[in-house]
Amino acid sequence: MSSTAYEELRPNPIIGMLEWLGELGSFVWSVLRAAVTPPFQVQEFIRQLDEIGAKSFPLVALAGSAIGVVLALEAHSSLVRFGAKSLLPATVIFSVITEMSPIITGLIISGRVGAGIGAELAAMKVTEQIDAIEASAVDPEKLLAATRICACIIALPLLTLVASFFGVLMGWVATSFLEPISLVRFVNDGFKGANFKDFLPPTFKTCVYGMIIGTVSSYQGMRAKGGAIGVGSAATTSVVLSSLFVILADVILVKVILLLFP
Amino acid sequence: MMQVSDDPKTAGSKSIEGGAPAIDIQQVTKSFGAQRVLDGVSFQVRRGETLAVLGRSGTGKSVLLRIIIGLQSPDSGAAMILGTNMAEASDREISDVRMQMGFLFQHAALYDSLTVEENVAFPLVHHRKEMSDSERLDRVSELLKEVGLDGQGNKMPADISGGMQKRVGLARALALGPVILLLDEPTAGLDPISSGEIDELVLKLQQEHQLASIVVTHDMVSAKTIATRIALMDKGKVVIEGSFDDLQKSDEPFVAQFLRRDF
Repeated sequence: MSSTAYEELRPNPIIGMLEWLGELGSFVWSVLRAAVTPPFQVQEFIRQLDEIGAKSFPLVALAGSAIGVVLALEAHSSLVRFGAKSLLPATVIFSVITEMSPIITGLIISGRVGAGIGAELAAMKVTEQIDAIEASAVDPEKLLAATRICACIIALPLLTLVASFFGVLMGWVATSFLEPISLVRFVNDGFKGANFKDFLPPTFKTCVYGMIIGTVSSYQGMRAKGGAIGVGSAATTSVVLSSLFVILADVILVKVILLLFP
Repeated sequence: MMQVSDDPKTAGSKSIEGGAPAIDIQQVTKSFGAQRVLDGVSFQVRRGETLAVLGRSGTGKSVLLRIIIGLQSPDSGAAMILGTNMAEASDREISDVRMQMGFLFQHAALYDSLTVEENVAFPLVHHRKEMSDSERLDRVSELLKEVGLDGQGNKMPADISGGMQKRVGLARALALGPVILLLDEPTAGLDPISSGEIDELVLKLQQEHQLASIVVTHDMVSAKTIATRIALMDKGKVVIEGSFDDLQKSDEPFVAQFLRRDF
Protein backbone atom coordinates (compact mmCIF):
# COMPACT_ATOMS: atom_id res chain seq x y z
CA MET A 1 0.00 0.00 0.00
CA SER A 2 1.38 3.44 -0.89
CA SER A 3 2.01 5.92 1.90
CA THR A 4 -0.72 8.20 0.53
CA ALA A 5 -3.27 5.43 0.62
CA TYR A 6 -2.16 4.56 4.14
CA GLU A 7 -2.60 8.20 5.22
CA GLU A 8 -6.14 8.15 3.82
CA LEU A 9 -7.04 5.03 5.79
CA ARG A 10 -5.48 6.12 9.08
CA PRO A 11 -8.13 7.82 11.25
CA ASN A 12 -7.48 11.45 12.09
CA PRO A 13 -6.74 11.54 15.86
CA ILE A 14 -8.30 14.96 16.34
CA ILE A 15 -11.52 13.95 14.62
CA GLY A 16 -11.47 10.69 16.57
CA MET A 17 -11.12 12.58 19.85
CA LEU A 18 -13.91 15.01 18.94
CA GLU A 19 -16.15 12.09 17.99
CA TRP A 20 -15.35 10.40 21.31
CA LEU A 21 -16.18 13.56 23.25
CA GLY A 22 -19.41 14.05 21.29
CA GLU A 23 -20.51 10.48 21.90
CA LEU A 24 -19.55 10.76 25.57
CA GLY A 25 -21.66 13.93 25.85
CA SER A 26 -24.63 12.16 24.29
CA PHE A 27 -24.11 9.19 26.64
CA VAL A 28 -23.98 11.51 29.69
CA TRP A 29 -27.20 13.20 28.61
CA SER A 30 -29.08 9.93 28.15
CA VAL A 31 -27.75 8.52 31.45
CA LEU A 32 -28.73 11.73 33.25
CA ARG A 33 -32.21 11.52 31.78
CA ALA A 34 -32.48 7.85 32.72
CA ALA A 35 -31.19 8.49 36.25
CA VAL A 36 -33.92 11.02 37.10
CA THR A 37 -36.80 9.13 35.48
CA PRO A 38 -38.72 6.51 37.51
CA PRO A 39 -38.64 3.60 38.05
CA PHE A 40 -35.39 3.88 40.00
CA GLN A 41 -33.07 0.88 40.20
CA VAL A 42 -32.59 1.08 43.97
CA GLN A 43 -31.51 -2.54 44.49
CA GLU A 44 -28.83 -2.36 41.83
CA PHE A 45 -27.66 1.00 43.20
CA ILE A 46 -27.23 -0.48 46.69
CA ARG A 47 -25.40 -3.48 45.22
CA GLN A 48 -23.03 -1.14 43.39
CA LEU A 49 -22.51 0.98 46.49
CA ASP A 50 -21.36 -2.17 48.26
CA GLU A 51 -19.21 -3.26 45.31
CA ILE A 52 -17.60 0.15 44.75
CA GLY A 53 -17.61 1.54 48.29
CA ALA A 54 -17.47 -1.21 50.91
CA LYS A 55 -15.17 -3.49 48.92
CA SER A 56 -12.69 -0.66 48.28
CA PHE A 57 -12.43 0.09 52.02
CA PRO A 58 -9.33 -2.05 52.80
CA LEU A 59 -7.40 -0.77 49.79
CA VAL A 60 -8.21 2.87 50.52
CA ALA A 61 -7.42 2.45 54.24
CA LEU A 62 -4.07 0.93 53.36
CA ALA A 63 -3.26 3.71 50.88
CA GLY A 64 -4.32 6.37 53.41
CA SER A 65 -2.09 4.78 56.04
CA ALA A 66 0.86 4.76 53.66
CA ILE A 67 0.35 8.44 52.79
CA GLY A 68 0.25 9.36 56.49
CA VAL A 69 3.46 7.50 57.27
CA VAL A 70 5.35 8.83 54.23
CA LEU A 71 4.21 12.41 54.81
CA ALA A 72 5.20 12.29 58.49
CA LEU A 73 8.65 10.91 57.69
CA GLU A 74 9.33 13.32 54.83
CA ALA A 75 7.89 16.38 56.59
CA HIS A 76 9.79 15.62 59.81
CA SER A 77 13.10 15.54 57.99
CA SER A 78 12.39 18.87 56.21
CA LEU A 79 10.85 20.70 59.16
CA VAL A 80 13.67 19.76 61.50
CA ARG A 81 16.10 21.23 58.99
CA PHE A 82 14.21 24.57 59.04
CA GLY A 83 13.57 24.53 62.81
CA ALA A 84 9.81 24.24 62.35
CA LYS A 85 9.30 20.86 64.00
CA SER A 86 6.24 22.11 65.88
CA LEU A 87 4.40 22.44 62.56
CA LEU A 88 4.65 18.71 61.88
CA PRO A 89 1.07 17.76 63.00
CA ALA A 90 -0.47 20.59 60.97
CA THR A 91 1.65 19.75 57.93
CA VAL A 92 0.66 16.10 58.04
CA ILE A 93 -3.04 16.71 58.71
CA PHE A 94 -3.47 19.51 56.18
CA SER A 95 -1.56 17.65 53.46
CA VAL A 96 -3.45 14.42 54.05
CA ILE A 97 -6.92 15.93 54.18
CA THR A 98 -6.72 18.71 51.62
CA GLU A 99 -4.87 16.99 48.80
CA MET A 100 -3.27 13.62 49.32
CA SER A 101 -6.32 11.62 50.42
CA PRO A 102 -8.66 12.96 47.71
CA ILE A 103 -6.25 12.44 44.83
CA ILE A 104 -4.92 9.08 46.01
CA THR A 105 -8.47 7.82 46.60
CA GLY A 106 -9.45 9.08 43.14
CA LEU A 107 -6.54 7.30 41.49
CA ILE A 108 -6.98 4.07 43.44
CA ILE A 109 -10.68 3.93 42.63
CA SER A 110 -9.88 4.72 38.99
CA GLY A 111 -7.72 1.60 38.99
CA ARG A 112 -9.86 -0.78 40.98
CA VAL A 113 -13.37 0.34 40.09
CA GLY A 114 -12.67 1.85 36.66
CA ALA A 115 -11.13 -1.39 35.44
CA GLY A 116 -13.90 -3.43 37.07
CA ILE A 117 -16.75 -1.44 35.54
CA GLY A 118 -15.05 -1.20 32.13
CA ALA A 119 -14.32 -4.93 31.94
CA GLU A 120 -17.68 -6.07 33.35
CA LEU A 121 -19.79 -3.91 31.04
CA ALA A 122 -17.57 -4.69 28.05
CA ALA A 123 -17.95 -8.43 28.70
CA MET A 124 -21.72 -7.94 28.95
CA LYS A 125 -21.69 -5.97 25.70
CA VAL A 126 -19.72 -8.48 23.64
CA THR A 127 -21.79 -11.42 24.91
CA GLU A 128 -25.05 -9.61 24.02
CA GLN A 129 -26.14 -9.40 27.67
CA ILE A 130 -26.71 -5.65 27.31
CA ASP A 131 -28.81 -6.28 24.20
CA ALA A 132 -30.75 -8.90 26.17
CA ILE A 133 -31.47 -6.33 28.88
CA GLU A 134 -32.71 -3.88 26.24
CA ALA A 135 -34.76 -6.60 24.55
CA SER A 136 -36.41 -7.23 27.94
CA ALA A 137 -37.67 -3.60 27.83
CA VAL A 138 -35.24 -2.53 30.57
CA ASP A 139 -33.06 0.52 29.93
CA PRO A 140 -29.42 -0.66 30.22
CA GLU A 141 -28.17 2.89 30.71
CA LYS A 142 -30.45 3.24 33.71
CA LEU A 143 -29.76 -0.23 35.13
CA LEU A 144 -26.03 -0.47 34.47
CA ALA A 145 -24.56 3.01 33.95
CA ALA A 146 -26.68 5.34 36.10
CA THR A 147 -26.47 3.08 39.15
CA ARG A 148 -22.68 2.74 38.87
CA ILE A 149 -22.13 6.47 38.31
CA CYS A 150 -24.37 7.43 41.27
CA ALA A 151 -22.64 4.84 43.48
CA CYS A 152 -19.22 6.27 42.51
CA ILE A 153 -20.40 9.82 43.29
CA ILE A 154 -21.60 8.79 46.76
CA ALA A 155 -18.74 6.37 47.55
CA LEU A 156 -15.77 8.60 46.67
CA PRO A 157 -16.17 11.23 49.43
CA LEU A 158 -16.87 8.48 51.98
CA LEU A 159 -13.75 6.59 50.90
CA THR A 160 -11.78 9.85 51.02
CA LEU A 161 -12.85 10.27 54.66
CA VAL A 162 -11.58 6.73 55.30
CA ALA A 163 -8.23 7.52 53.64
CA SER A 164 -7.99 10.79 55.61
CA PHE A 165 -8.77 9.04 58.91
CA PHE A 166 -6.12 6.38 58.39
CA GLY A 167 -3.68 8.94 56.99
CA VAL A 168 -3.94 11.10 60.10
CA LEU A 169 -3.84 8.08 62.41
CA MET A 170 -0.77 6.54 60.81
CA GLY A 171 0.81 10.00 60.45
CA TRP A 172 0.57 10.26 64.21
CA VAL A 173 1.99 6.73 64.68
CA ALA A 174 4.99 7.55 62.44
CA THR A 175 5.50 10.91 64.16
CA SER A 176 5.38 9.20 67.55
CA PHE A 177 8.28 6.98 66.58
CA LEU A 178 10.38 10.06 65.75
CA GLU A 179 9.11 12.46 68.42
CA PRO A 180 6.85 10.98 71.08
CA ILE A 181 3.52 12.91 71.05
CA SER A 182 0.05 11.99 72.29
CA LEU A 183 -2.75 11.53 69.73
CA VAL A 184 -4.84 14.27 71.40
CA ARG A 185 -2.00 16.77 71.18
CA PHE A 186 -1.19 15.75 67.59
CA VAL A 187 -4.79 16.32 66.56
CA ASN A 188 -5.20 19.53 68.55
CA ASP A 189 -1.98 21.00 67.13
CA GLY A 190 -2.87 19.82 63.64
CA PHE A 191 -6.34 21.29 63.56
CA LYS A 192 -5.43 24.54 65.36
CA GLY A 193 -6.83 27.47 63.41
CA ALA A 194 -8.54 25.20 60.92
CA ASN A 195 -12.26 25.27 60.12
CA PHE A 196 -14.70 23.26 58.03
CA LYS A 197 -14.04 25.18 54.84
CA ASP A 198 -10.47 23.90 54.94
CA PHE A 199 -11.61 20.29 54.84
CA LEU A 200 -15.11 19.97 53.38
CA PRO A 201 -14.49 21.28 49.83
CA PRO A 202 -11.42 19.04 49.26
CA THR A 203 -13.35 16.00 50.49
CA PHE A 204 -16.48 16.71 48.48
CA LYS A 205 -14.56 17.53 45.30
CA THR A 206 -14.14 13.77 45.05
CA CYS A 207 -17.82 13.59 44.04
CA VAL A 208 -16.56 14.99 40.72
CA TYR A 209 -13.88 12.28 40.59
CA GLY A 210 -16.60 9.69 41.22
CA MET A 211 -18.68 11.10 38.39
CA ILE A 212 -15.67 10.98 36.06
CA ILE A 213 -14.68 7.42 36.99
CA GLY A 214 -18.25 6.07 36.77
CA THR A 215 -19.07 7.86 33.53
CA VAL A 216 -15.85 7.17 31.62
CA SER A 217 -15.63 3.50 32.60
CA SER A 218 -19.35 2.83 31.97
CA TYR A 219 -19.09 4.50 28.59
CA GLN A 220 -15.92 2.62 27.62
CA GLY A 221 -17.51 -0.67 28.71
CA MET A 222 -20.86 -0.15 26.98
CA ARG A 223 -19.30 0.80 23.63
CA ALA A 224 -16.86 -2.15 23.59
CA LYS A 225 -16.58 -4.15 20.38
CA GLY A 226 -14.99 -7.47 19.51
CA GLY A 227 -14.22 -10.32 21.87
CA ALA A 228 -11.53 -10.65 24.52
CA ILE A 229 -9.46 -7.89 22.90
CA GLY A 230 -12.40 -5.49 23.15
CA VAL A 231 -12.90 -6.32 26.82
CA GLY A 232 -9.20 -5.86 27.60
CA SER A 233 -9.09 -2.62 25.69
CA ALA A 234 -12.19 -1.28 27.49
CA ALA A 235 -10.67 -2.11 30.89
CA THR A 236 -7.35 -0.46 30.02
CA THR A 237 -8.84 2.69 28.51
CA SER A 238 -11.25 3.00 31.43
CA VAL A 239 -8.35 3.12 33.89
CA VAL A 240 -6.12 5.34 31.78
CA LEU A 241 -8.80 7.88 30.86
CA SER A 242 -10.36 7.93 34.35
CA SER A 243 -6.97 8.54 35.98
CA LEU A 244 -6.06 11.21 33.45
CA PHE A 245 -9.37 13.07 33.83
CA VAL A 246 -9.21 12.80 37.64
CA ILE A 247 -5.78 14.48 37.62
CA LEU A 248 -6.99 17.18 35.21
CA ALA A 249 -10.13 17.73 37.29
CA ASP A 250 -7.95 18.05 40.39
CA VAL A 251 -5.97 20.89 38.83
CA ILE A 252 -9.17 22.76 37.99
CA LEU A 253 -10.94 22.00 41.27
CA VAL A 254 -8.01 23.12 43.45
CA LYS A 255 -8.11 26.50 41.72
CA VAL A 256 -11.90 26.72 41.98
CA ILE A 257 -11.84 25.82 45.69
CA LEU A 258 -9.14 28.42 46.38
CA LEU A 259 -11.23 31.04 44.56
CA LEU A 260 -14.50 30.14 46.29
CA PHE A 261 -13.05 29.48 49.76
CA PRO A 262 -10.07 31.86 50.05
CA MET B 1 -49.77 -24.65 31.14
CA MET B 2 -48.00 -21.30 31.16
CA GLN B 3 -50.05 -18.15 30.98
CA VAL B 4 -48.94 -16.67 27.71
CA SER B 5 -50.47 -13.82 25.80
CA ASP B 6 -54.16 -14.61 26.13
CA ASP B 7 -54.90 -11.66 28.37
CA PRO B 8 -55.84 -8.71 26.14
CA LYS B 9 -54.37 -6.31 28.72
CA THR B 10 -50.93 -7.81 28.31
CA ALA B 11 -51.14 -9.35 24.90
CA GLY B 12 -50.87 -7.46 21.65
CA SER B 13 -54.57 -7.09 21.10
CA LYS B 14 -53.90 -4.83 18.11
CA SER B 15 -52.34 -7.75 16.28
CA ILE B 16 -55.22 -10.07 16.95
CA GLU B 17 -58.09 -7.78 16.04
CA GLY B 18 -59.19 -8.32 12.47
CA GLY B 19 -56.41 -10.87 11.90
CA ALA B 20 -53.85 -8.11 11.33
CA PRO B 21 -50.28 -9.38 11.20
CA ALA B 22 -48.31 -9.25 14.44
CA ILE B 23 -45.15 -8.62 12.41
CA ASP B 24 -45.30 -6.65 9.19
CA ILE B 25 -41.93 -6.02 7.53
CA GLN B 26 -42.25 -3.51 4.70
CA GLN B 27 -39.42 -3.02 2.19
CA VAL B 28 -36.72 -2.91 4.86
CA THR B 29 -33.20 -1.99 3.80
CA LYS B 30 -30.09 -1.83 5.95
CA SER B 31 -26.45 -1.20 5.05
CA PHE B 32 -23.24 -1.23 7.05
CA GLY B 33 -20.84 1.02 5.21
CA ALA B 34 -20.84 -0.06 1.60
CA GLN B 35 -22.30 -3.47 2.38
CA ARG B 36 -26.07 -3.74 1.98
CA VAL B 37 -27.23 -6.57 4.24
CA LEU B 38 -30.99 -6.12 3.77
CA ASP B 39 -32.34 -5.01 0.43
CA GLY B 40 -36.09 -4.44 0.35
CA VAL B 41 -37.16 -7.30 2.61
CA SER B 42 -40.92 -7.68 3.12
CA PHE B 43 -43.03 -10.33 4.85
CA GLN B 44 -45.79 -10.72 7.39
CA VAL B 45 -46.25 -13.09 10.30
CA ARG B 46 -49.61 -13.63 11.98
CA ARG B 47 -50.32 -15.12 15.37
CA GLY B 48 -50.07 -18.90 15.27
CA GLU B 49 -47.54 -18.79 12.42
CA THR B 50 -43.85 -19.60 12.56
CA LEU B 51 -41.65 -18.19 9.83
CA ALA B 52 -38.21 -19.75 9.48
CA VAL B 53 -35.67 -17.40 7.90
CA LEU B 54 -32.82 -19.27 6.24
CA GLY B 55 -29.84 -18.17 4.25
CA ARG B 56 -26.08 -18.06 4.07
CA SER B 57 -24.07 -16.44 6.85
CA GLY B 58 -23.93 -12.66 6.56
CA THR B 59 -27.20 -12.31 4.65
CA GLY B 60 -28.72 -10.11 7.35
CA LYS B 61 -30.95 -12.62 9.12
CA SER B 62 -29.88 -11.65 12.64
CA VAL B 63 -29.95 -7.95 11.70
CA LEU B 64 -33.56 -8.48 10.67
CA LEU B 65 -34.41 -9.78 14.14
CA ARG B 66 -32.59 -6.86 15.76
CA ILE B 67 -34.62 -4.45 13.63
CA ILE B 68 -37.85 -6.18 14.65
CA ILE B 69 -37.06 -5.80 18.34
CA GLY B 70 -35.80 -2.24 17.87
CA LEU B 71 -32.13 -2.80 18.68
CA GLN B 72 -31.29 -1.40 15.24
CA SER B 73 -33.15 0.89 12.87
CA PRO B 74 -33.67 0.21 9.17
CA ASP B 75 -32.21 2.68 6.66
CA SER B 76 -35.56 2.67 4.87
CA GLY B 77 -38.83 0.76 5.03
CA ALA B 78 -40.69 -0.08 8.20
CA ALA B 79 -40.87 -2.82 10.80
CA MET B 80 -44.48 -2.66 12.03
CA ILE B 81 -44.71 -4.72 15.20
CA LEU B 82 -48.17 -5.06 16.74
CA GLY B 83 -49.10 -1.97 14.73
CA THR B 84 -46.14 0.09 15.96
CA ASN B 85 -43.41 1.33 13.65
CA MET B 86 -40.32 0.49 15.72
CA ALA B 87 -38.11 3.07 13.97
CA GLU B 88 -40.46 5.97 14.68
CA ALA B 89 -41.91 4.94 18.05
CA SER B 90 -41.11 6.72 21.30
CA ASP B 91 -39.00 4.96 23.95
CA ARG B 92 -42.19 4.23 25.89
CA GLU B 93 -43.94 2.70 22.87
CA ILE B 94 -40.89 0.57 22.05
CA SER B 95 -40.77 -0.60 25.64
CA ASP B 96 -44.48 -1.52 25.55
CA VAL B 97 -43.97 -3.55 22.36
CA ARG B 98 -40.85 -5.25 23.72
CA MET B 99 -42.79 -6.42 26.75
CA GLN B 100 -44.92 -8.43 24.33
CA MET B 101 -41.94 -9.97 22.59
CA GLY B 102 -39.59 -12.73 23.67
CA PHE B 103 -36.11 -12.92 22.16
CA LEU B 104 -33.82 -15.95 22.33
CA PHE B 105 -30.30 -14.80 21.44
CA GLN B 106 -27.94 -16.97 19.40
CA HIS B 107 -25.69 -17.64 22.40
CA ALA B 108 -28.58 -17.34 24.88
CA ALA B 109 -27.03 -14.11 26.36
CA LEU B 110 -27.77 -15.17 29.93
CA TYR B 111 -26.68 -12.75 32.65
CA ASP B 112 -23.60 -14.54 33.92
CA SER B 113 -23.67 -12.94 37.36
CA LEU B 114 -27.20 -14.25 38.01
CA THR B 115 -28.40 -17.79 38.67
CA VAL B 116 -30.66 -19.61 36.21
CA GLU B 117 -33.64 -18.73 38.41
CA GLU B 118 -32.67 -15.05 38.59
CA ASN B 119 -32.18 -14.96 34.83
CA VAL B 120 -35.69 -16.21 34.22
CA ALA B 121 -37.07 -13.90 36.91
CA PHE B 122 -35.32 -10.83 35.42
CA PRO B 123 -38.22 -9.60 33.23
CA LEU B 124 -40.70 -10.32 36.05
CA VAL B 125 -38.65 -8.35 38.59
CA HIS B 126 -38.63 -5.34 36.30
CA HIS B 127 -42.12 -5.48 34.80
CA ARG B 128 -44.33 -7.40 37.23
CA LYS B 129 -43.64 -5.42 40.38
CA GLU B 130 -47.09 -6.32 41.73
CA MET B 131 -45.98 -9.97 42.00
CA SER B 132 -44.96 -11.15 45.45
CA ASP B 133 -41.67 -13.03 45.83
CA SER B 134 -43.49 -16.35 46.21
CA GLU B 135 -45.65 -15.69 43.13
CA ARG B 136 -42.53 -14.86 41.16
CA LEU B 137 -40.79 -18.01 42.35
CA ASP B 138 -43.82 -20.09 41.39
CA ARG B 139 -43.86 -18.53 37.94
CA VAL B 140 -40.14 -19.14 37.46
CA SER B 141 -40.49 -22.77 38.58
CA GLU B 142 -43.39 -23.18 36.16
CA LEU B 143 -41.32 -21.77 33.29
CA LEU B 144 -38.28 -23.90 34.12
CA LYS B 145 -40.48 -26.98 34.31
CA GLU B 146 -41.99 -26.10 30.94
CA VAL B 147 -38.54 -26.04 29.31
CA GLY B 148 -37.43 -29.20 31.11
CA LEU B 149 -35.12 -27.61 33.67
CA ASP B 150 -37.04 -28.32 36.83
CA GLY B 151 -34.75 -28.09 39.88
CA GLN B 152 -31.86 -26.40 38.01
CA GLY B 153 -32.70 -22.88 39.20
CA ASN B 154 -29.77 -22.46 41.57
CA LYS B 155 -27.09 -23.21 38.99
CA MET B 156 -25.02 -20.48 37.36
CA PRO B 157 -25.14 -20.17 33.54
CA ALA B 158 -21.46 -21.17 33.31
CA ASP B 159 -22.27 -24.48 35.03
CA ILE B 160 -24.84 -25.70 32.50
CA SER B 161 -24.51 -26.98 28.93
CA GLY B 162 -25.16 -24.97 25.77
CA GLY B 163 -28.48 -26.71 25.21
CA MET B 164 -29.57 -25.97 28.77
CA GLN B 165 -28.54 -22.34 28.35
CA LYS B 166 -30.78 -22.12 25.28
CA ARG B 167 -33.64 -23.55 27.33
CA VAL B 168 -33.06 -20.98 30.07
CA GLY B 169 -32.99 -18.27 27.41
CA LEU B 170 -36.28 -19.59 26.08
CA ALA B 171 -37.84 -19.61 29.57
CA ARG B 172 -36.69 -16.01 30.06
CA ALA B 173 -38.11 -15.04 26.66
CA LEU B 174 -41.48 -16.49 27.69
CA ALA B 175 -41.54 -14.98 31.19
CA LEU B 176 -43.83 -12.03 30.40
CA GLY B 177 -46.21 -14.07 28.27
CA PRO B 178 -45.23 -12.69 24.86
CA VAL B 179 -47.31 -12.51 21.71
CA ILE B 180 -44.22 -12.65 19.49
CA LEU B 181 -41.26 -14.99 19.85
CA LEU B 182 -37.98 -14.35 18.02
CA LEU B 183 -35.41 -17.13 17.96
CA ASP B 184 -31.91 -16.46 16.66
CA GLU B 185 -30.36 -19.78 15.67
CA PRO B 186 -31.87 -21.78 18.53
CA THR B 187 -30.10 -24.99 17.52
CA ALA B 188 -26.72 -23.54 16.51
CA GLY B 189 -23.80 -25.30 18.15
CA LEU B 190 -25.94 -28.09 19.60
CA ASP B 191 -25.66 -31.81 18.95
CA PRO B 192 -28.46 -33.39 16.85
CA ILE B 193 -30.24 -34.79 19.91
CA SER B 194 -30.24 -31.46 21.76
CA SER B 195 -31.28 -29.70 18.53
CA GLY B 196 -34.21 -32.09 18.20
CA GLU B 197 -35.22 -31.45 21.81
CA ILE B 198 -35.12 -27.68 21.30
CA ASP B 199 -37.20 -28.07 18.11
CA GLU B 200 -39.79 -30.14 19.94
CA LEU B 201 -39.90 -27.61 22.75
CA VAL B 202 -40.38 -24.67 20.38
CA LEU B 203 -43.07 -26.58 18.48
CA LYS B 204 -44.89 -27.45 21.72
CA LEU B 205 -44.77 -23.86 22.97
CA GLN B 206 -45.89 -22.62 19.60
CA GLN B 207 -48.88 -24.96 19.50
CA GLU B 208 -49.87 -24.21 23.10
CA HIS B 209 -49.60 -20.44 22.97
CA GLN B 210 -50.28 -19.54 19.34
CA LEU B 211 -47.35 -17.13 19.13
CA ALA B 212 -46.22 -15.23 16.07
CA SER B 213 -42.69 -16.57 15.74
CA ILE B 214 -39.66 -15.97 13.58
CA VAL B 215 -36.83 -18.48 13.71
CA VAL B 216 -33.52 -17.56 12.12
CA THR B 217 -31.60 -20.72 11.39
CA HIS B 218 -29.17 -22.49 9.08
CA ASP B 219 -30.74 -25.80 9.96
CA MET B 220 -33.19 -26.92 7.26
CA VAL B 221 -34.29 -29.94 9.31
CA SER B 222 -35.16 -27.67 12.20
CA ALA B 223 -36.95 -25.22 9.88
CA LYS B 224 -38.97 -28.05 8.34
CA THR B 225 -39.96 -29.28 11.80
CA ILE B 226 -41.06 -26.06 13.45
CA ALA B 227 -41.97 -23.60 10.70
CA THR B 228 -45.29 -23.08 8.97
CA ARG B 229 -43.49 -21.06 6.29
CA ILE B 230 -39.87 -20.70 5.22
CA ALA B 231 -38.21 -17.58 3.79
CA LEU B 232 -34.90 -18.15 2.06
CA MET B 233 -32.62 -15.11 1.89
CA ASP B 234 -29.71 -14.35 -0.38
CA LYS B 235 -27.78 -11.09 -0.80
CA GLY B 236 -30.18 -9.22 1.46
CA LYS B 237 -33.32 -10.25 -0.41
CA VAL B 238 -35.99 -12.87 0.23
CA VAL B 239 -35.49 -15.26 -2.71
CA ILE B 240 -38.52 -17.39 -1.94
CA GLU B 241 -41.15 -17.59 0.79
CA GLY B 242 -43.51 -20.50 1.21
CA SER B 243 -43.92 -23.98 2.62
CA PHE B 244 -41.15 -26.56 2.48
CA ASP B 245 -42.97 -28.16 -0.47
CA ASP B 246 -42.94 -24.80 -2.29
CA LEU B 247 -39.18 -24.65 -1.80
CA GLN B 248 -38.75 -28.16 -3.15
CA LYS B 249 -40.80 -27.31 -6.23
CA SER B 250 -38.89 -24.09 -6.90
CA ASP B 251 -36.67 -23.95 -9.96
CA GLU B 252 -34.54 -21.11 -8.50
CA PRO B 253 -30.90 -22.31 -8.70
CA PHE B 254 -30.05 -20.86 -5.25
CA VAL B 255 -32.99 -22.67 -3.63
CA ALA B 256 -32.02 -25.94 -5.25
CA GLN B 257 -28.40 -25.46 -4.20
CA PHE B 258 -29.45 -24.69 -0.61
CA LEU B 259 -31.71 -27.74 -0.38
CA ARG B 260 -29.13 -30.01 -1.99
CA ARG B 261 -26.51 -29.02 0.62
CA ASP B 262 -28.87 -29.82 3.46
CA PHE B 263 -30.16 -33.12 2.21
